[in-house]
Amino acid sequence: MDLLHYTATELGEKIKAKEVSVKEATEAVLDRIGETEEQYHCYVTLDKEGALKKAEEVQKGIDDGTLTSPLAGVPVAIKDNMCTEGMLTTCSSKILGNFVPTYTSEAVKKLEAAGAVILGKTNMDEFAMGSTTETSAFGPTKNPWNTEHVPGGSSGGSAAAVAAEECYYALGSDTGGSIRQPASYCGVVGMKPTYGTVSRYGLIAYGSSLDQIGPLGKDVRDIATVLEAIAGHDSKDSTSIERKDTDFTSALIDDVKGMKIGIPRDYFAKGIDADVKDRVLAASKVLEEKGAILEEFDLPLVEYAIPTYYTIADAEASSNLERFDGVKYGFRAEDCEELHQMYKRSRSQGFGPEVKRRIMLGSFVLSSGYYDAYYLKALKVKALIKKGFDEAFSKYDMILGPCAPTTAPRLGESLSDPMKMYLGDIYTISVNLAGLPGISLPCGTDANGLPVGLQLIGNIFEEKKLIKAAYAYEQARGAFSIDSVKEAH
Amino acid sequence: MAKEYETVIGLEVHVELATKTKIFCGCSTAFGGDPNTHTCPVCTGMPGSLPVLNKQVLEYAIAVGLATNCDITRYGKFDRKNYFYPDNPQNYQISQLYLPICRNGYVEIETETGTKKVGIHEIHMEEDAGKLIHDEWEDASLVDYNRSGVPLIEIVSEPDMRSAEEVNAYLDKLRLLIQYLGASDCKLQEGSMRADVNLSVREKGATEFGTRTEMKNLNSFRAITHAIEGERERQIALIEDGIGVTQETRRWDDTKGESYAMRSKEDAQDYRYFPDPDLVPIVVSDELLESIRKKQPEFRTEKMARYKEEYDIPEYDIEIITNSKRMADIFEETVALGAQPKKVSNWLMVETLRLLKEKEMDPADLRFSPEHLAKLIELTEKKEINSSVAKEVFEVMFDEDVDPQAYVEEKGLKAVNDEGALRKTIEEVIANNPQAVEDFHNGKEKAIGALVGQTMKAMKGKCDPAQVNSIIRELL
Repeated sequence: MDLLHYTATELGEKIKAKEVSVKEATEAVLDRIGETEEQYHCYVTLDKEGALKKAEEVQKGIDDGTLTSPLAGVPVAIKDNMCTEGMLTTCSSKILGNFVPTYTSEAVKKLEAAGAVILGKTNMDEFAMGSTTETSAFGPTKNPWNTEHVPGGSSGGSAAAVAAEECYYALGSDTGGSIRQPASYCGVVGMKPTYGTVSRYGLIAYGSSLDQIGPLGKDVRDIATVLEAIAGHDSKDSTSIERKDTDFTSALIDDVKGMKIGIPRDYFAKGIDADVKDRVLAASKVLEEKGAILEEFDLPLVEYAIPTYYTIADAEASSNLERFDGVKYGFRAEDCEELHQMYKRSRSQGFGPEVKRRIMLGSFVLSSGYYDAYYLKALKVKALIKKGFDEAFSKYDMILGPCAPTTAPRLGESLSDPMKMYLGDIYTISVNLAGLPGISLPCGTDANGLPVGLQLIGNIFEEKKLIKAAYAYEQARGAFSIDSVKEAH
Repeated sequence: MAKEYETVIGLEVHVELATKTKIFCGCSTAFGGDPNTHTCPVCTGMPGSLPVLNKQVLEYAIAVGLATNCDITRYGKFDRKNYFYPDNPQNYQISQLYLPICRNGYVEIETETGTKKVGIHEIHMEEDAGKLIHDEWEDASLVDYNRSGVPLIEIVSEPDMRSAEEVNAYLDKLRLLIQYLGASDCKLQEGSMRADVNLSVREKGATEFGTRTEMKNLNSFRAITHAIEGERERQIALIEDGIGVTQETRRWDDTKGESYAMRSKEDAQDYRYFPDPDLVPIVVSDELLESIRKKQPEFRTEKMARYKEEYDIPEYDIEIITNSKRMADIFEETVALGAQPKKVSNWLMVETLRLLKEKEMDPADLRFSPEHLAKLIELTEKKEINSSVAKEVFEVMFDEDVDPQAYVEEKGLKAVNDEGALRKTIEEVIANNPQAVEDFHNGKEKAIGALVGQTMKAMKGKCDPAQVNSIIRELL
């Protein structure tokens, strides 16, 4: 079997069993990148030398028994909004085009401690603002299933890199669906954990109260394994939660008997592609056949999730992005005569149009006279949305639905109509507003051969239920990759 | 007849808290490091860094709130105040607007006209900014983030003060309360206590407030007094001329003795305050509140009353000693070591005050230890050194906190208790000063002073002048 086809945990096992060396695996994936990266553009920064050097170090650690993690020696890609000491971290923005952090984000540190080999930093929508990876200042990433289509976003580079086997797994961040939606478009598995499960320290903030780091991988086992490695309380992040139930791999059990699954009627009503609806409902039947109990119900306030999300996320973003001013690091406009001119020019030239749009929206909803009408009202709706989920979880173990209304759109289609792009987030954003965990996994392809994503949403701290159900579905579904799907046809 | 005006004053006082580390990171708050050496990703606003509240800051803020009779907010938040300036690395300051930690308090002040309550509107916690240094030669500005993230509390009074005297009494009251709490050293000159004065005038008897201005950059009690007087006159002149007062922020220039407008209400910025999503709500539990309440120290008023009861020292001394927490601590600890209260008080009132004045120092910076002062008093009581040597030793103690015993021995300053040697010297002095002897015999009492002086000089001061005096009388 081709070395590249292994999942992260399979490769970890082969490395541990000395069937494959870390160097071999790293070289194989670097060769793959060499062949396909020009076509897909998954990465902003590649660190071949660093990866090979790290591979040697990690091999020693494995050999002398100091590195025992299932991820030891497995090459990983990191979304470019997580700080990596000494390695360019750009958020796919011109304004951070030359930014080399002095420290490493907590989640990446945890992977490093587990013996991960970091290949580089993946492309994304600028500052994670976008759903297609087309707002990147460094050009879009292409969907490896069909390069005329987008990979989704904002963690499009991470999702595409996993799908294209340009890495074994990747880290992404999810503020309104930015892990789950690209996972869905690229036919891989992606999970956003409960808010506070993974430290945000070193994650360059978009919407601080919504941002959460999570894994993207080839299967559910990889997701559980990586999440187990990066979860944990961090005293450097005040919003980080102390939890003792982060042994996520213990939930990899093929058993959904008696599990109650709620299916929101609104998620299948209007605006959803027939193929998507069909594949997702078919997936629900698979779980039903395995013993799960399905029930349709009405989830309230679905249509308010989008305006609520864009009000809160943009308000926080407008403040979070103030630090990019040309003073301390990053891009500074040339030939400025005074301070405010430097601020204006650096920010005007450094930020792309989508980021500027959101900064303006966010500044507006926080300005005096509008704060109560927009920002405060959005917080109230957020609380109501959370309440709606609480009620649902008093009846159901989880909620099942699509991850996005459509499969991956064509390149260039979305940016011309931002409202349509925002509407594409309808199934994912309320999960962030309520701080819940959500997982997206492939459940087939549409008529054009593009993957469809199934989303499972759980109550806070109930990742394990999601992992269990996703794992059970995956066992029934069988292998799902670009090659396996093409072979089947 | 000229109209009579009343001045209405409210104060915003910033106090730098005496924590070892900054409000949202573990960096040192110590003064004097090289630029940007007390910094980390958090206090330099690096992308991805996050704030974590230093619990000591919360405890100090609550302690000050309790000392000023405030309601403590049991569920509070931090808010972001957004504005662009290079000394503010995130371009927002983490402060409190919506739910400040303390509200609705008051302090009692005493002035010549009597006792009065000044209301405290609120106290909130916030972070200090860095420091900009403008390099004229290079045509560049540099920024030092060592002060960025140093914890501050801002104490906002009600507009309850009516004169510079009341303002000074209020500031002095705050200073004493906070110093006694150990929450800050509250030095106006060094900026650990800063006051902005909001001032308006109105005709006596009016019920509506006039238009106010805010005066910044006041770093001494003197500057505050001058600024208040100057601003009152300026506003009255504007009103009398029919121009009226503009609501604006003004900067006081103490060397010129005048203020100038910084910005008016029209260009007031919209700070777009909103709760900081990186920080969790501040929940003050019953336990925390109770533990801080229990730790509240004896404040000045109670201390003065106790001193009157316990120590036989003049009321004036009590007032001076308790006017500084440091001095009161030295007094009590020295007395606890067995020294006589009156003697301790004398050292503080005379030599200590003299040296403080001479060296332009704040009593908070007194360095000598109670142990050494007690020992010095003991040495003089045992007549091991005389009073002039004691003063000499004290001066060294004041500067370097030396052990007086060791110092006296090292420098050979011990009084000579060998009466034989002393008598021999006195005999020589008498023999060498026939004129003085004769004067004494002729009834000139003063002449004995000259003989004592000569003896002290010959003994290099290491003898007791009273003893010398009595031996001379005996010999003559």
